[in-house]
Amino acid sequence: MSDAKSSEKPGALVAGVTQVVNWIDERMPLVETYEYHMSRYWAPKNFNIWYLFGVLSMVVLVNQLLTGIWLTMSYVPSGDKAFASVEYIMRDVEFGWLLRYLHSSGASAFFIVVYLHMFRGMMYGSYRKPRELIWLFGMAIFLVLMAEGFMGYLLPWGNMSYWGAQVIVSLVGAIPVVGADLMEWVRGDFLMSEITLNRFFALHVVALPIMLIMLVFLHIVALHHVGSNNPDGIDVKKFKDENGKPLDSIAFHPYYTIGHDLPAIVLFLMVFCSVVFFAPEMGGYFLEPPNFEQANPLKTPDHIAPVWYYTPFYAMLRAATYPLFGMDAKFWGFVVMVGAIAVPAVLPWLDRSPVKSMRYKGAISKGMLALFIVSFFLLGWLGTQAASPLYTLLAQVGTAGYFAYFVLMPWYTRVEKTKPVPERVPA
Amino acid sequence: MSNGEVNLARRRFLIGATSVVGGAGVVGAAVPFLASWQPSAKAKALGAPVRADVSKLRPGEILGPLPEWRGKPIFVVKRTDEMLNQLEALEPMLADPGSARPSQQPGYAANRWRAREERKDLSVLVGICTHLGCSPKYYPEVGPQAFDGNWQGGYFCPCHGSKFDLSGRVYAGVPAPSNLEVPPYTFESDAIILIGEDEESA
Repeated sequence: MSDAKSSEKPGALVAGVTQVVNWIDERMPLVETYEYHMSRYWAPKNFNIWYLFGVLSMVVLVNQLLTGIWLTMSYVPSGDKAFASVEYIMRDVEFGWLLRYLHSSGASAFFIVVYLHMFRGMMYGSYRKPRELIWLFGMAIFLVLMAEGFMGYLLPWGNMSYWGAQVIVSLVGAIPVVGADLMEWVRGDFLMSEITLNRFFALHVVALPIMLIMLVFLHIVALHHVGSNNPDGIDVKKFKDENGKPLDSIAFHPYYTIGHDLPAIVLFLMVFCSVVFFAPEMGGYFLEPPNFEQANPLKTPDHIAPVWYYTPFYAMLRAATYPLFGMDAKFWGFVVMVGAIAVPAVLPWLDRSPVKSMRYKGAISKGMLALFIVSFFLLGWLGTQAASPLYTLLAQVGTAGYFAYFVLMPWYTRVEKTKPVPERVPA
Repeated sequence: MSNGEVNLARRRFLIGATSVVGGAGVVGAAVPFLASWQPSAKAKALGAPVRADVSKLRPGEILGPLPEWRGKPIFVVKRTDEMLNQLEALEPMLADPGSARPSQQPGYAANRWRAREERKDLSVLVGICTHLGCSPKYYPEVGPQAFDGNWQGGYFCPCHGSKFDLSGRVYAGVPAPSNLEVPPYTFESDAIILIGEDEESA
């Protein structure tokens, strides 16, 4: 590829634009920043479909911000008006139903693309040196996203909102000594109430989105500093041409933006809009039926299940049923759940394999990754079901499988035989 | 300014002192933000005791609509003699039959009935599961249930399957770690109970 130098005979319009750009460029690094992040950001040429979910997460983030801002214009965060104001949005506000369904389906879409994005990192070893910090920022984004989804789910003030939040806030009560006081502090009341609703609203629409945007910024700054990984886990910076451009890379813009991401965004939006228009409740998985009834502090729904994206962790919470070391089962459930959410953060230091990508790892790594996938889906399904002795046992098995993938990693990545990684990206 | 000579020890001391003072300032400034999350005066005022009329309660029945104290549902049940008599036989299956945890009931209710001795038929419980705060349901009938083929009557929490007997005592091997809470209560008369206050707290 040749960097075409701008032609020497500009028209009046081009000259005008150039003048404006030059004026800005003397005052801030506009062109430099654009080149650094877009036209001269060298991305490995062997990206595949798994490399779409980062940009799709950004698309969903924009959707959530935009529809979220519009929803706050009609929503009232008070105990006696919240539920009614959501119905008002659905029935009386022009296109209110669309804004709300875009936002509620967007939450599920966010977790779908983020889970796939994270899985890509696990599969191709994108968390390995020198990308540990990108991975940690990503984990922080995941945590904030979970908090954001949880607090947002309380806002419609339906009965499932209410009792779901009650259960999750009660988790804090499992912490020894300070738990009960901490729980009261988080709720600001003796039970979930309007006071809790108000503060969740503030966190959901102001504090957490600001954190989310800052973390996404840092995630990308760190990524563009070290460069992207690729499906082969090859260091593409090893071989460069005389201009310092890696031989196995192409410019992010226009090759990936126009040729790769744009069609994917169009396809994604088609699928996303089909859900928004034809199945916004997704059979009770995206919006749960008990939530069409207003919050009632005196009546728990018959079966409490969180929204699908929390169910694997919820199943692990319920899997702890034995007291241990003088602490009760409730405390251990809390520990297991927090551990399950946090443990992927240390992946960069658990993986001792000489190769990054699953393509060159040995049979044990592949088997363990398969075990992880099966456990995650099993737990996800169990989390939607009412507890029974059989399901509790299955959840315990699933929890063991989930943690085995992480805890045994330092061992199995060291002992297994790996395949040699080529120096250059295979043609 | 004297040239060149940098007093590193003094510089370190100044950096340290500034950090300590600045750190103390940050901690101090954080206090109002954190404290504002405590229950407000209004929330505390709503925690006042409530009255309930138990004169029309028939044996085996739960008082409805449920009284609310501090926003929590309160179960008031008038137990029959059979219900009271079978409590002893259940004790091997319970986690804390003797009500040993003082946080879960006032002293006068730390007995088999988890009630005041003079009115042991009347059970007063906070209807919030001690596991994760769902509200259990009242299943007084003895007989097979979907959740337990050998059900002896009591409370069942649909969220995570915790089981309690008719005194609110938790069964062993369920997620809930402790017995249902007995709130402080007193009898204003034979008909009226005051929930949330007793001779100890009044």
